[in-house]
Amino acid sequence: MPLVLTEEQEMLKESARGFLDEKAPVSALRKLRDTNDQTGFSRDLWKEMAEMGWAGILVEEEHGGADFGFVGAGVLAEEMGRTLTASPFLSTSILAATALKKIGTDAQKQASLPKIAAGELLYALAVDEHRKHGPAKTAMKAEKHGNGFKLSGDKTFVADGHVADKIIVAARTAGAAGEQDGLTLFLVNAKSKGLTAERTQMVDSRNAARLKFDGVEATGDDVLGEVDGGYMALEGVLNAGRAGLAAELSGASQAAFGMTVNYLKERKQFGAEIGSFQALQHRAAHLYSEIELAKSAILKALQDLDAHYGMAGPICSLAKAKAGEVAKLASQEAVQMHGGIGMTDEFDIGFYMKRIRVAQEMFGDPAFHADRIAQMRGY
Amino acid sequence: MSDLETFRAEARAWLEENCPKEMRDGAGGEENICWGGTQWKFQSDAQKTWLDRMAAKGWTVPHWPKEYGGGGLSKEEVKILKAEMRSLKCRSPLESFGIWMLGPALLKYGAHEQKAHFLPPIARGEIRWCQGYSEPNAGSDLASLQCKCEDKGDHWLINGQKIWTSYADESDWIFVLVRTDPKATKHNGISFILVDMNQKGVSTKPIKLISGKSPFCETFFDDATAPKEHAPGVSAIVGEINRGWDVAKYLLTHEREMISAGGGGLLGGRGMGEVAAQEIGLEHGRLADPLLRAQIAKAEIDGWAFLLTLERMKDEAKAGQGVGANSSMLKYYGTEFNKRRFELLMDIGGSDELEWEGERTKDGKLARGWLRTKANSIEGGTSEVQLNIIAKRILELPGA
Repeated sequence: MPLVLTEEQEMLKESARGFLDEKAPVSALRKLRDTNDQTGFSRDLWKEMAEMGWAGILVEEEHGGADFGFVGAGVLAEEMGRTLTASPFLSTSILAATALKKIGTDAQKQASLPKIAAGELLYALAVDEHRKHGPAKTAMKAEKHGNGFKLSGDKTFVADGHVADKIIVAARTAGAAGEQDGLTLFLVNAKSKGLTAERTQMVDSRNAARLKFDGVEATGDDVLGEVDGGYMALEGVLNAGRAGLAAELSGASQAAFGMTVNYLKERKQFGAEIGSFQALQHRAAHLYSEIELAKSAILKALQDLDAHYGMAGPICSLAKAKAGEVAKLASQEAVQMHGGIGMTDEFDIGFYMKRIRVAQEMFGDPAFHADRIAQMRGY
Repeated sequence: MSDLETFRAEARAWLEENCPKEMRDGAGGEENICWGGTQWKFQSDAQKTWLDRMAAKGWTVPHWPKEYGGGGLSKEEVKILKAEMRSLKCRSPLESFGIWMLGPALLKYGAHEQKAHFLPPIARGEIRWCQGYSEPNAGSDLASLQCKCEDKGDHWLINGQKIWTSYADESDWIFVLVRTDPKATKHNGISFILVDMNQKGVSTKPIKLISGKSPFCETFFDDATAPKEHAPGVSAIVGEINRGWDVAKYLLTHEREMISAGGGGLLGGRGMGEVAAQEIGLEHGRLADPLLRAQIAKAEIDGWAFLLTLERMKDEAKAGQGVGANSSMLKYYGTEFNKRRFELLMDIGGSDELEWEGERTKDGKLARGWLRTKANSIEGGTSEVQLNIIAKRILELPGA
């Protein structure tokens, strides 16, 4: 498949850009932060996005979705990255939709996918328990209890964990922390007894939560996928999330870079536009090259998720590693080249640096994915 | 069967029948290339047979028009032919600066008579060309070149010096950038001229490089001449007089594209990590040197993303999208990456790969290759020049 967007995907991109520029620019995120909004995003905006088919971008048409595939989802994530739009898109429309679509039973799909597409149900994926990502490190217990299970343990860095209606959670039904075998995914109600969520105020002013499971009961029907064999299924879902985050990081990098290049053309010092200085030109040109490399890796990852979902692990690691590294460079160069104004809260560039720092950490930082690629290649 | 599938079947059958067994080892590398030219000594009968058969078919330059010695194949057919050659491990029958550089320049800027006169001998491997571009005082600032070319009525008189002329000592003809109008502004007084090197006024001197090899020469013009017409209607000047910079710029872009596309080929074969795992060994499943492991993994990530970028840029060009100046980005990134890759291969090799002579390292093959890569970011426009081009043409920064 050619490594370019199709006409349909280009159209989606254009309409998304127009919509987000108007409805959800960076100032919208600033407002959410400054008003200490308890939800962390605008539910009205999410409703509009759902009406445009974004919430169900991955959901098949039979379940009321737009069925645009991972490339389509990536296009939207990238555009939301440009404007730093806060929404439940990643957790509900990418992570949960992928999980339910790929491993849900017919009953689970029927109960969830139409509501995801309609923007009526919010989901969160709870995986990590430590400061650094590592699904195999899961220690949270799911002990047999009658016909079902009892879940106990803590989860952290759960996007939308405090507003979700449903939580998809990885817990250990066998084995010990550090092992891939013995993991099971559960789909539990956020209002279940024994489940508490604490919203964590993060550096990017977006949504994350710590969840506490204190003997939360789950039935056999709440199991998503196979008991004890959930690791590979979880990896698939995480790969989709990694590619989506990579696309978001790419959008944020491009926007920060665009602002920077414009500034280089406007700002005058020593009687000349600072963009005429070769020291800055070469750094900008290098950053341009890096951003282009990240874009290629991301598009390939999204295409591969659509074409060979089960084999997309390495390419998704490539995309996340490269996008994270490049986005950090883009935000650092952006602040440095803007000089003093880049350090002010009044100017938007700081929001980019903050969101990039969070998004590059989520589901594996560049070092995590570099390590994974090395392991996959046998060294 | 579609036309292309028919072509594939026919091409494969023809290659199987005509490519000598000795030329079916897939060998690449400079030492195995057939360069052609009057001084060329074939390494084997098979090499000559292979060249002659492919030339007769027009497949040494399959994309050139048939009337100029090419195969007249479409882009799709050329792709299929190359794929079939790869799958049968056929060596390339002929490589040369005539094919890479002069051919494209003549096809775009040459008159019909020039193409008909010069292209067929290139396609047959009879005449070997070299490129006279850089001068001792005109490197990155190529347009400041001073090699003088005067109009003497029926001929041109050339005086000056060129440097970094690849394989000038083994070539028959040279295409040269010369100054035909010293009064014009620097980009405007340059012409692109074709000169027979078999004359008293042209001499060459090889330059020994840090790799110990001498792929480049200095080339001197002392009252060298070129007739106004090499044959009736065959002008010595390509394109318009004093407009040679257009031709030069076109070729420089073309060269950058070739170098960056070659960047893909350089990544073939075994990965750095695989080499390291074998040479250095693993501990608990991970490379025993954790810092080197991290550097290799990061480099492999960049290399992989770069290959995908080459692919994307090709697909964008096919779709009529993309930015022409991106060839500068690819040249910059690809050559810098290749240097980084060889630095890591040398790190992996350790002291074993530092043997300059002897069987164990095949006379320092890796070390010489490592040193060779240092020229990648200099030749064809330095990395800094590529960054200037990106800043100017893509980012449109002021004063660039």
